[in-house]
Amino acid sequence: MAQNAAAATAERKPKRAKRPSHTSGMSRALVRRETISAYLFLLPSLFFFVAFVVVPMVICVVYSFLDYGLGGVQGFAGLDNYARMLTDPIFHAGLRNTVLIVVVAVPTVTAFSLWVGSAIYQMHPFPRSFFRCVFYLPVVTGSVAITVVWKWILNPYNGILNQVTDNVGFDWLGTQSTAIWFIILILFTTSIGQPIVLYVAALGNVDTSIVEAAQVDGATKLQIFWRIKWPAIMPTTLYVLVITTINSFQCFALIQLLTRGGPLNSTMTIMYQIYDTAYTRQDFGYANAMGVVLAIIIAIFSAIQFKVAKTDQ
Amino acid sequence: MSANATALKAKKSADLSGTSTGYKVFVVVVLILVTLFFLFPLYWIVTGSFKDAIEINAREPIWFPQAPTIDNYLRLFEHPALRWLFNIVFISGAAMLLTCITASLAGYALAKKRFIGRGVLFTIIICAMALPKQVIVIPLLQEMTFIGLDDTLAAVILPTVGWPFGVFLMKQFAETIPSEILEAARVDGAGELRTFTTVVLPMIKPGIGALAIFTFVNTWNDYFLQLVMLRSETNWTLPVGIARLQGEMSNDFGLIMAGAALAAVPIIIVFIAFQKYFTQGIAMGAVKG
Repeated sequence: MAQNAAAATAERKPKRAKRPSHTSGMSRALVRRETISAYLFLLPSLFFFVAFVVVPMVICVVYSFLDYGLGGVQGFAGLDNYARMLTDPIFHAGLRNTVLIVVVAVPTVTAFSLWVGSAIYQMHPFPRSFFRCVFYLPVVTGSVAITVVWKWILNPYNGILNQVTDNVGFDWLGTQSTAIWFIILILFTTSIGQPIVLYVAALGNVDTSIVEAAQVDGATKLQIFWRIKWPAIMPTTLYVLVITTINSFQCFALIQLLTRGGPLNSTMTIMYQIYDTAYTRQDFGYANAMGVVLAIIIAIFSAIQFKVAKTDQ
Repeated sequence: MSANATALKAKKSADLSGTSTGYKVFVVVVLILVTLFFLFPLYWIVTGSFKDAIEINAREPIWFPQAPTIDNYLRLFEHPALRWLFNIVFISGAAMLLTCITASLAGYALAKKRFIGRGVLFTIIICAMALPKQVIVIPLLQEMTFIGLDDTLAAVILPTVGWPFGVFLMKQFAETIPSEILEAARVDGAGELRTFTTVVLPMIKPGIGALAIFTFVNTWNDYFLQLVMLRSETNWTLPVGIARLQGEMSNDFGLIMAGAALAAVPIIIVFIAFQKYFTQGIAMGAVKG
């Protein structure tokens, strides 16, 4: 490895020298020493990363091309697993619901957390950390605890919601038109904690001298927000959009514990179908193919968000 | 002096021009209402866990247990709930410790060393962070079965350590170390490891604190990974145990609330105790994200 590293250094030397890094003044031997010591520092982390992130990723892609069901690997399946998605009505329902969840949850989470963030970031430290903490609590409490209590709250007979709204007997989660909206509502409560923390930090970092100068010039609050603060917190908004998208796409515990995808697939999500296909039906080839497609869809959504954010600046 | 005063006055009036008192009242009222909405599920878990079966199944709202009972907890401990609690504490603690060690070493190298392959490595880490974590859990189970670690606590701990967010976070913190200090240590003849333990570690301490609490809370709540990896009842964690109990006895809400309280309360206490590190860490991780 040391020899390879040295050879690579020799090759790259001219390119590296242009960069204003402290390698430029270093001798080749020193660069080599730095490279070796850097990889020694990286080794433990790289081991876990390769063994438990990269390897399963590769397995996922490989299995997606195999005919791998209950009876073990039956052979190469080509694109069959992918073709199956085109004609699978459950996958279509899952895709539709997943996109609905993302399209509704991501903008509302982002807008609401930005609103809360701007409302509390200038407060005194105590109420500020109080509100920040309150909104983060559902995240800390955990999806399982939050979901089981909501299951009770929404219970047709002994649930508090029906009791206070005088609806005893109505099954919110057993009705096709309402189930998905409660899923989205609960997902919302467990999603805004992190964005609020991020926005409070980002808004606190906006250069106050520019804001003050604008105020002296007579700019209104709204103008200050859109012209100064919004561009300054754009990287945070992008980050919030991306993490909320990834989390919403992976919505699982809510579905598994509340509806199992029902009624009539009206709350089926891709993630739940992947789980169901792999563990209930042991159809690993198909489950992994859906996993690959889900990863690609998420990558596309993230790429679009990066693009839009770039042109916005 | 007087110029200063007018500037201050101008600033004050500008401050008020955009926000009327009405709006401020509106903000506070909405925030308080939303706060109540967010705290209610927690309140309901804790009070519900002390209600008896009659109150749990009552057809009218009972806002506070009239005859508090610990019966739900007694029934919970007929299941191996303490074992589940131990498992989740052990998994979260071990994952936290290993992540902090590996990530601080790697983050320092990525931030402060100029080495071949650095750019590529960093790009890979960023891309991996955008992957849906849960998708790799399915093939991961097959890998764990292959190496004989399926249905063990290690099957949950090891993949958590492999997740690259920690490396990314520690890189952000390590970048704040002035290179001159490292250079000085080198000139003084300190070896790589000595430089790391005596110079780097003390400077990235707040980062390690943030990463520790972040990893602990996230591992505690990584239900999907635990659900898939842990099959036998003695290896379940509290979240998995509650979910399974809920599946078996879906209407015994008293028992389920007791389980939910046992899973939620310890982690909430940990979170509130270390809130400062936590919020700092999340914000730091996103600065250049």
